[in-house]
Amino acid sequence: MFYREAGDFKTSYEADSQTFPIKFDRYRFWAVLAVAYLVIPFIINDYWANAILVPFLIYTIAAIGLNILTGYCGQVSLGTGGFMAVGAYAMYKLMTAFPDVSIMIHVILAGGITAVVGAAFGLPSLRIKGFYLAVATLAAQFFLVWLFNKVAWFYNYSASGQINAPERFVGGIAVTGPNTDAWAKYMICLVFVTVCAIIARNLTRGTMGRKWMAIRDMDIAAEIIGVNPLQAKLSAFAVSSFFIGISGALFFSVYLGAVEVGEAFGIQKSFLVLFMVIIGGLGSIFGSFAGAGFLVLLPVALKVIGVDLLGWPTDIVAHLQLVIIGALIMFFLIKEPHGLAQFWRVAKEKLRLWPFPY
Amino acid sequence: MKLKTLAAMALAGTLAAGPALAELVIPDLSYRTGPYAAGGTPFSDGYQDYFHMLNARDGGVGDEMFRIIECETGYNTEKGVECYESTKGEGALIYQPLSTGITYQLIPKATADGIPLHTMGYGRTSAANGEVFNWVFNYPANYWDAASVMVNYLLDENGGSLDGKKIALVYHNSAYGKEPIRTLENLSAQHGFELTQLAVDHPGQEQKSQWLQIRRERPDYVLMWGWGVMNQVAVQEAANIGFPMENFIGNWWAGAEHDVIPAGDAANGYKSLNMNRIDANLPVFDDIRTHVHDAGNAAGDGSNIGNVLYTRGMYAAMLAAEAVAKAQEIHGTAAITSAMMRDGMEALDITDARMQELGMADIGPEFTVSCQDHGGSGLGIVQQWDASAGAWVALTDYIAPDDAVTLPLIMEDSGAFAAENNIEAGCM
Repeated sequence: MFYREAGDFKTSYEADSQTFPIKFDRYRFWAVLAVAYLVIPFIINDYWANAILVPFLIYTIAAIGLNILTGYCGQVSLGTGGFMAVGAYAMYKLMTAFPDVSIMIHVILAGGITAVVGAAFGLPSLRIKGFYLAVATLAAQFFLVWLFNKVAWFYNYSASGQINAPERFVGGIAVTGPNTDAWAKYMICLVFVTVCAIIARNLTRGTMGRKWMAIRDMDIAAEIIGVNPLQAKLSAFAVSSFFIGISGALFFSVYLGAVEVGEAFGIQKSFLVLFMVIIGGLGSIFGSFAGAGFLVLLPVALKVIGVDLLGWPTDIVAHLQLVIIGALIMFFLIKEPHGLAQFWRVAKEKLRLWPFPY
Repeated sequence: MKLKTLAAMALAGTLAAGPALAELVIPDLSYRTGPYAAGGTPFSDGYQDYFHMLNARDGGVGDEMFRIIECETGYNTEKGVECYESTKGEGALIYQPLSTGITYQLIPKATADGIPLHTMGYGRTSAANGEVFNWVFNYPANYWDAASVMVNYLLDENGGSLDGKKIALVYHNSAYGKEPIRTLENLSAQHGFELTQLAVDHPGQEQKSQWLQIRRERPDYVLMWGWGVMNQVAVQEAANIGFPMENFIGNWWAGAEHDVIPAGDAANGYKSLNMNRIDANLPVFDDIRTHVHDAGNAAGDGSNIGNVLYTRGMYAAMLAAEAVAKAQEIHGTAAITSAMMRDGMEALDITDARMQELGMADIGPEFTVSCQDHGGSGLGIVQQWDASAGAWVALTDYIAPDDAVTLPLIMEDSGAFAAENNIEAGCM
């Protein structure tokens, strides 16, 4: 009734190729942005920022990055944790070496450095595919974590091997360090998520995204129609690592403030982001949001229900959480391999016909 | 997805709107799951049982009841932050995270929020300098004390000289394990022993290559900074290569019953440090059995009572309860705030007479805390595992660390932290 293409006349090519062709979707998009920018910053508290929204936003960027590589270009990667570590350590070195430069620039530079590293580790993808490539990226994961543990230069020779984010300001407001207000943390992450999501969405709709998808669907056919696999695969690795690097930089500087590479960026992180992409939906930007939100909220929600409402022992709830997440992953792989994003797509299809389905 | 966010928001809203009654709120950031659960569980049992015992026997401290909020961290820093944020609004008086990684997270946060942090024998060693770390306490001892105590013990064993000896350090490859390296390097230069560093990655189940290297290099002594499953594996690997157990010394987080029992008789003779004397017959344990376990309020299954980490958890709770009493005395009110709690911790004075009175005679060394010194005495004993008796036997009395080595390092590291974070050193 209200959700339909009919009656929404496009009179220019720009209008015809816009991201949201349906008017309702456009309003909804602006409404979500309005709530995120104009409402949440005024009601957010420390708990909501540090335990839920900031990790959700940061993991969303990581999931978008991995989704570009795995979901759009079809290259399986288990190196996400390692690439996030590159972003975090690049951020740390930049923050301490150039304290006068705005950290907004540092975050983007950290993304750029990660893009270079990611492209280098993407080189094997020209020769190997599938599981073998996954193993090659796994090597990147272990190598990078080992490197940041081993070479003391990366952590400025501190006694503990930890990196700590010094206090930095954007426009006179602290965004890193212990005295950061909840809303400031939230806002800086939100700005990066918005920009990253818009860039990613438009990249995947354009020439570059179509090349990636051609490679994903059948690389030999793609090569025959003129897609350069070297360029397509490496650009996917670079763009994906750029986003993952940004998320690693924010993860370290804004969210945690102190990071230990083995603990924060271990193999579990790679799997966590991969699960987000799988549960959210491969090849969907919305799926990255859905997957990140789901896996950040689920443990918190289970804890609130199990421990605070039902009063169960904390260890039982923690174990139950593993069982439930494991079961959900199996459920999604079997029942809905396209993830939460597919539910959303189906809902939209149904909504188009509502209230008169045939 | 947005709907889901809202639904969870409503759920967590119930959590945020907790009641603000006048009671002594103690969050327990425990871990009973994951690769470090073997150590986290008995510590948390002891920590909670002692507070519950005080509630049941004395009605809390100063007629003010304790309320324990347990939160599972799994030794994971992200969950630790979530636990901290979800409990601090309840009026938390003190945090005891039992994780060096989480401690590093919480030092700036707790300082900004004005809640004291007690990192007993772990965490950031330079927090012993109370003028820089106003809100962080690591009494009665820290890692650098432990490293120095170990070397002093070995000096004693070797007639005062370690010249030309080879000592290997097997450490957990994290902030925790790296802490003692700088001290040991200084000590190695001072006493002329050769130090080999062998890192073991989280969680520590894979140590074959490290122990092969030990077999090849044949160090005279192996020191270990291990925790969780890493300890059991290391003891087993040492037994496998036939390394003499009496030359293998763990720190105080690598010396509990569950670390050595899996290796059976092979673990006989393994040594470790301890900051407490282990005595399962202390009167306080009887009180815990009567008032807590028999009443069905045990934090765990009740089987850990009296063992090394249970004792240490209880000891941590005792130090917190004593600080509460001190804070009540200083401020003349029973309903203390976290800022008052800090004053109580800074004025803490633990004497033998007081420990006797509490039914835990000789459980730890005597020490006092001051504004300058948040680190306590730094004393430690060396204990040895007797596999046939299934018990730890104290080999020595409390050994003093070499403050001339640790103090300059503490000043240097805390000074660097103060400069990095624009902290002006001084008492509050």
